[in-house]
Amino acid sequence: MERSKVTLFSTLLLFGLISFGLNHFHVADGSGHAVTLIQKYSYYYDILLTIGINIILAVGLNLVNGYTGQFSLGHAGFMAAGAYASSWLTLSYGYSLGGGAFATTFAFVIALLLGGVAAAFSGLLVGVPSLRLKGDYLAIVTLGFNEIIKGVIQNCDALGAQRGLGGMAPSTNFFWTYAFGAVTVYVVLSLVNSTYGRGFLAVRDDEIAAEAMGINTTKYKVLAFVLGAFFAGIAGGIYAHFKQFIHPEGFNFMKSVDVVVMVILGGMGSTAGVCVAAALLTILPEVLRYVSHIEALPEWLRHIAENRMILYSLLLIVLMLTRPQGLFGAVNLKRKKA
Amino acid sequence: MSEPLLDLENVTVQFGGLKAVSELSLRIGDGELVGLIGPNGAGKTTVFNLITGVYQPTSGAIRFDGKSVVGHRPYKITARGIARTFQNIRLFSSLTVFDNVRTACNMHLRHGILYALIRGPKFAAEETEVAKTVMELLEIFGLAGQRDQSCKSLPYGDQRRLEIVRALATRPKLLLLDEPAAGMNPTEKVELMKLIRFTQEKFGCAVLLVEHDMKVVMGICQRISVLDYGRKICEGSPAEIRCDPKVIAAYLGKEEA
Amino acid sequence: MADKLLEFLQQLVNGLSQGSIYALIALGYTMVFGVLRFINFAHGDVYMLGAFAGFYFGPKVTQLFGRGAAAGSMPLGDLLNPAAWVTLLVAMALCAVIGIVIERLCYRPLRERPKLTVLITAIGVSLFLENGGQYAFGVDPKSFPEIITDRALEIPESWGKISGLTVTLSQVLIFGVTLLLMLVLRHIVVKTRMGMAMRALSFNPVAAQLMGINIDVVISFTFGLGSALAGAAGILTSMQQPSIDPLMGVNAGLKAFVAAVLGGIGNLQGAALGGLLIGVVEALVVGYGNPTYRDPIVFGALIVILLLKPTGLLGASEREKV
Repeated sequence: MERSKVTLFSTLLLFGLISFGLNHFHVADGSGHAVTLIQKYSYYYDILLTIGINIILAVGLNLVNGYTGQFSLGHAGFMAAGAYASSWLTLSYGYSLGGGAFATTFAFVIALLLGGVAAAFSGLLVGVPSLRLKGDYLAIVTLGFNEIIKGVIQNCDALGAQRGLGGMAPSTNFFWTYAFGAVTVYVVLSLVNSTYGRGFLAVRDDEIAAEAMGINTTKYKVLAFVLGAFFAGIAGGIYAHFKQFIHPEGFNFMKSVDVVVMVILGGMGSTAGVCVAAALLTILPEVLRYVSHIEALPEWLRHIAENRMILYSLLLIVLMLTRPQGLFGAVNLKRKKA
Repeated sequence: MSEPLLDLENVTVQFGGLKAVSELSLRIGDGELVGLIGPNGAGKTTVFNLITGVYQPTSGAIRFDGKSVVGHRPYKITARGIARTFQNIRLFSSLTVFDNVRTACNMHLRHGILYALIRGPKFAAEETEVAKTVMELLEIFGLAGQRDQSCKSLPYGDQRRLEIVRALATRPKLLLLDEPAAGMNPTEKVELMKLIRFTQEKFGCAVLLVEHDMKVVMGICQRISVLDYGRKICEGSPAEIRCDPKVIAAYLGKEEA
Repeated sequence: MADKLLEFLQQLVNGLSQGSIYALIALGYTMVFGVLRFINFAHGDVYMLGAFAGFYFGPKVTQLFGRGAAAGSMPLGDLLNPAAWVTLLVAMALCAVIGIVIERLCYRPLRERPKLTVLITAIGVSLFLENGGQYAFGVDPKSFPEIITDRALEIPESWGKISGLTVTLSQVLIFGVTLLLMLVLRHIVVKTRMGMAMRALSFNPVAAQLMGINIDVVISFTFGLGSALAGAAGILTSMQQPSIDPLMGVNAGLKAFVAAVLGGIGNLQGAALGGLLIGVVEALVVGYGNPTYRDPIVFGALIVILLLKPTGLLGASEREKV
């Protein structure tokens, strides 16, 4: 079997073992009772899962923004599509296969995949008309679609409208989060490194030349969009069954910007970089929260730490001024294109 | 000639008030090496853009291999067998020399996205085949040693050669070369002339060459068409063109009587 | 039937007033795009800063000038109130400076870089202004000080059925001041040398430089001018809607951007037209339809325009040279 597939399967196996350990290995808590690792370190477990979700989001978006060079600012909209679709499915049909652990997990995974398909479909609806636009215009249109998707959900009573949607089963665990993370990374990397996938990069570098070399640029752009949206939908579903409550405002422009910053920090076009950036930017607010509580530091410093968005935005500006290619960026963005 | 490979019939393209190309008729047969010359702004690159589908003609017909190419997307026209290079080099800047040529093999892939993901034996076999094709081409043109270099790090002349190699990877029946000798020194130009003739013989493709350097054009073209202000003013063998008063006037201006 | 017409006219009046605000902001977007080919994401937040400038300086200015004896007793009462005009000018000047500083610090160093880099920087600046604003001004909405007394104007019965319309002083002021500012802008662009330089720059930056135009100065001026208009919009809007908050620029900025694109980005008349159109469309949707669909419809309109005629109503297309 091909080496990358061996890596994938071993990784999945590893995650399975880790998940098993987290759920079944008992340690002593403060008062001597036996609790699972998850229960003892629930704060860190939360962060770990959030990192996983962000990796799926960022790697998916990197395919669109980084490898194909299409500036999408509406990724949160696709996440919302997946979150709401999968939640609605598990809430309506979650127990139709039976109540046992296996049945609910099976229903959960099916719902996740269907949520991904719903998101992919919305990606198609957004992508086909938008992709003839370039740069700034494409960014604004994707933003617009994000708002429209949000607006549709806000007006849909069956999905909880402005009240939000809750009550989903806590089906998300370490294995499913990181398994899908591994699959996302595998899909994107396998694709991009194949001859077929080099088409994405060609589209990014020079659309006109790509067309002249026989590459159907529209197909690649739409494909990147649809795949990116699919994975965002999966991430959305995982998120929904993790927090067990979702609200339209959680999938707004700010959320899209969050993911975009991860892609930029990681270096557009570098999957590894983007994963690292996703982890860093998940941990950062927690570190800042910690810093803001350190009594020893001056008041103003603690205030700034509390307000992570100010730092975020400064980070963006400074990054663009000094190192636009991000941490691991391969593309040379310093010189102006001829 | 019998059914020409490329047939432009009374092609006009108008941008607003400007007729960039005016009632142009041009024919190229299988395996011919034809030159297209004219002063700057005569519309030569526009003709290329019309043939490859970047622009649509306002009127007139363009037929390749008997079938019209008007209204088709450029990538479809490339699939029919027309490839080109660009006046300003348009390589894929983030890709290596190898990958630049590899992307041009995309259109001939028999196995698509699913295979790329599952990565079974069929996929591996096709990837090997593609690699072989790319390396063969690179070897022929002397670029095999730089296969893993960034294409931007190549010297200018090599970049131009790479663009030609990339175009050839699409297995064209007709190759359009847009000012390939631009920026080359005399030695490089002689090499280029040999290269173009070699390409034509080895790959059996017709070549339409836009070029300013008269030595190059006169040296290798069998036939030459001259454009001025979007109109064809003369057509014939290099010897005929050289003496034609209209051509001389177009390039040098009319002599005061 | 006459009632329906009246209702329609009322929506029109409301729409034109709101549309004027969008038009002022849209002009800034379009001017910057015209000279730099770049969409200043942070422009909407300058509008917010204008409102807050008024919030902080308004009371001080009013103290300085007093309310004036004319308040309330004349038909258009506060129109001659110096405090209002000074506040407006102060806010415009402040916003102009802010706009110029932002350009100098964040956009100028990136002029040779690909468009994507500077677009992301603009997003960063926008977020910084919004969150910085929340930090500096507090998250809760503030109440804009009463510099003029807003009230419904009495339309004489002799004008016929139209007297049934509700037109407020602030609506008249907004529309009037906007018109005035647009005339001033037109004068600057058409009649002054700086304006000519701006136009030259928007046609061909390289040629403009070769003709001796100092593009740094022209670009700074353009930013300053556009930001001043946004600041004015901030003050005008707050007269009508006294509740201001640091995030008010987000929505207004996006709508104004839609307006600029609708009119044809880079085209000044287009921006003004687009702004008014968007304002009217919004008013009609709220008046006749479901208010919660207001924003999605505006974005839907943007998408439709970009698909059908990306150059907008009055814009011209630019071809990439192959």
